[in-house]
Amino acid sequence: MRKCCLRELGRTDYGQALELQHQLIAERQQGLIPDQLLLLEHPHVITLGRNGHANNLLASAEVLSRAGIAFYPTDRGGDVTYHGPGQLVGYPIIDLREWKRDVGAYVRAVEQAIIDTLADYGISASRIPKLTGVWVDDRKIAAIGVRISRWVTSHGFALNVSTDLNYFQYIVPCGLTKPVTSMAALGVRAGLHEVGQTLAAHFGRVFDCEMGELIHD
Amino acid sequence: MTDVVMPQMGESIVEGTLTKWLKKPGERIERDEPLFEISTDKVDTEIPSPAAGVVSEILVEEGKTVGINTVVARIKESGTVAGPEGTPLPPASSPEPPAPEPPPPAPEPAPAPAEPSGPLSPLVRKLAREHNLDLSQVKGTGAGGRITKQDVEARLASAAAPPPPPLAAMPPMPPLPPAGAPRTRIEPMSAMRMKIAEHMVLSKQTSAHVTTIHRVDMTKLARMRERYKADFQASYGFSLTYMPFLTRAAAVALRHFPLLNASLDGNNIIHHNEINIGIAVALENGLIVPVVRGADEKTVAGLQRAIVDLATRARSRQLKPDEVQGGTFSITNFGSYGSLVGTPIINQPQVAIMGVGTVEKTPVVIDDAIAIRSICLLSLSFDHRLIDGALADQFMSKVKQVLEEWSEEVL
Repeated sequence: MRKCCLRELGRTDYGQALELQHQLIAERQQGLIPDQLLLLEHPHVITLGRNGHANNLLASAEVLSRAGIAFYPTDRGGDVTYHGPGQLVGYPIIDLREWKRDVGAYVRAVEQAIIDTLADYGISASRIPKLTGVWVDDRKIAAIGVRISRWVTSHGFALNVSTDLNYFQYIVPCGLTKPVTSMAALGVRAGLHEVGQTLAAHFGRVFDCEMGELIHD
Repeated sequence: MTDVVMPQMGESIVEGTLTKWLKKPGERIERDEPLFEISTDKVDTEIPSPAAGVVSEILVEEGKTVGINTVVARIKESGTVAGPEGTPLPPASSPEPPAPEPPPPAPEPAPAPAEPSGPLSPLVRKLAREHNLDLSQVKGTGAGGRITKQDVEARLASAAAPPPPPLAAMPPMPPLPPAGAPRTRIEPMSAMRMKIAEHMVLSKQTSAHVTTIHRVDMTKLARMRERYKADFQASYGFSLTYMPFLTRAAAVALRHFPLLNASLDGNNIIHHNEINIGIAVALENGLIVPVVRGADEKTVAGLQRAIVDLATRARSRQLKPDEVQGGTFSITNFGSYGSLVGTPIINQPQVAIMGVGTVEKTPVVIDDAIAIRSICLLSLSFDHRLIDGALADQFMSKVKQVLEEWSEEVL
C-alpha cells in the first residue's frame, strides 16, 4: 500500500507554508519522498488564485492591512479565499500518476474525504454540481483550490471548523455570492487537531494509502 | 514538427482554459519543461512540453477554453537535441496523459494560417506603408506567428530613434469579430477588476472630492535632466525621469503641510509621521499602487531607483504585500500617456492624490513677453472633508516652488 506522510504544522504563516510546499513538491517530483498531507491553520490571510490575474492591489490591501489581514496572490486554481484561525487547512502533495491521472477525480476525492469527515460529526454535507467545494445546503463549509505540476498536487482545501465567519465579509468567496458556514455555526464543537485526525483517516481511505506521522530525522 | 494538444486531465474533463503561455514563439524549450498552464475546475495545471525544440506556433490565445486534444501549439524539433544529458527520461512517466479512450469528436482546430506570417491587420499594413517597412523582415509574435502592431513598432524602434517608453505603447487593437457573431459578449470581471471597481466607487462615496490645478514651469528641471541624463544612466543603469523630482517636491510639501499626509478613519484623523508615497503603476489589465517608503529621506537617485524597482516588479507581479500597503499620499502620472490634466480618485484612506500631466513646451507670458517654456499641469484631488481649498493650494504652491526653484544637485 502507498504511504502518505501526515504533517501537522499547527499555526503557520501562509508564506512559510507556501515555501514548504514548493520544497516538498520538488522532492516529490524527484521521488525522494512519499505523498504528503500537510494539516495546518493560518493566521488571517486572504489569498487570490491566478484565475483573476489578481495581484496585490492597494485598494483592498489597505483595508485588509487595517483589519490585520495579510494578502497573497498565489498560483493555485480558484478565485479569492480567506484563511484564518479555526479553519483546518490541508495541503496534499500527491503524485497523481501513482493514484489516478485524473484531475477531476482528485478534486471529487478530496471533497469526499471532507464530506465523510463531516458525517462523523453528524453534519450532512454534499456537492453542488459545477461548484467545487463542500456545501451544507447552499452554504459553503469547505473551499478547494489546487495546483498541479507534473502530476504532483499542491494547495488543497480549507474546512471551516470554528472560523470567525465575519472575516468572509472582506471577500466574495470564490467569486460566488453564496453564504459560508462552519462546523461551529452548525452547532458542532470540535478542535482542529481532532477534526484533522478524523479527516486524515478518511483521506487515507479515499486515496487508498496508509497514513503515517512524520518521523523526525 | 510536434503538435502540442490540450491534454486530457481526467475522464470527466472535456475542455480546459489556457491561462498562460510560459514560452513565446521562437523560444527554445526542453522536453518536460513547462510550456503552458491550464485551468480546469479550480485546478491550475502546468503542462510540460512533449518535445525539445523551438516553439514554432501558438494557436490558442490565453484565456480561451478549448476541447481536449485540440492542437494548441507546434514545436519544431531540433534533430540533435535529445533529453538533457545525464538525465534519461523514464519512458513510463510520459508528460502527456495517455488517452484511455478515443477522444470525443471535438471540433477540429482551425488550420494554421497558410502564409508564414499570418494575416495582416489593416493597422499593421498601414504602419508598414507609412514607414516604408518590408513586412517580410518583421518577426511576428502574435497568435500563430501573426505580425502585430507591437512587432512593427519594435522593428521601427530598433531601426530608428530611442524607443518610446513602454507605458506609451498603444494596446493592440482587438481583432474584429467574424461576420454573423453575436452582438454582445459577456465576460465576468477578473478578481482584480472587481477590486479596482469596488475601491473606486468606495472612494467616490467616501470622500468629498475636489480637484485643483496648478501650472508648473519645468524648464529648469528639463534642462537639468537633459544635462545629467547620460551620466545618470551610466552611473545607475536606469534613466532619469521627472518622477523622482515630483515625488521629492511632494514629500517636501507634505512636510510643510502634514495634514495632506493624514488619513481619515470615520471621524478620526490619523496623522502619519512617515511620508510613504504611492506611485500608481498601470498593469496590463489593471493598476496597482506600490509605495515608496520614507520618500522624504531619499535623494533623487534613490527615489528614481525605488520607482523603477517597484514599477518593474509590479509589472512582473513580484511585489510583496507590504510593498503596496501603508501609503500616506499618492501620485499618478497620466502625462506619460499624453494627458494634459486629470482629476484622479483618492486612494482610500488617504486624503489627497497628485496627478501629473504631460510636460510640454508651451508659449507662456513672462514679463509681458511670450516665451517657450516646458510646462506641466499638476492636479491635486483632495478630500474636502478634511482639507480646505486654501490649504490644498498652499500645498500645491509649495510643490510648484520646489520644482521651479530646484537647487539640489542630482548626482
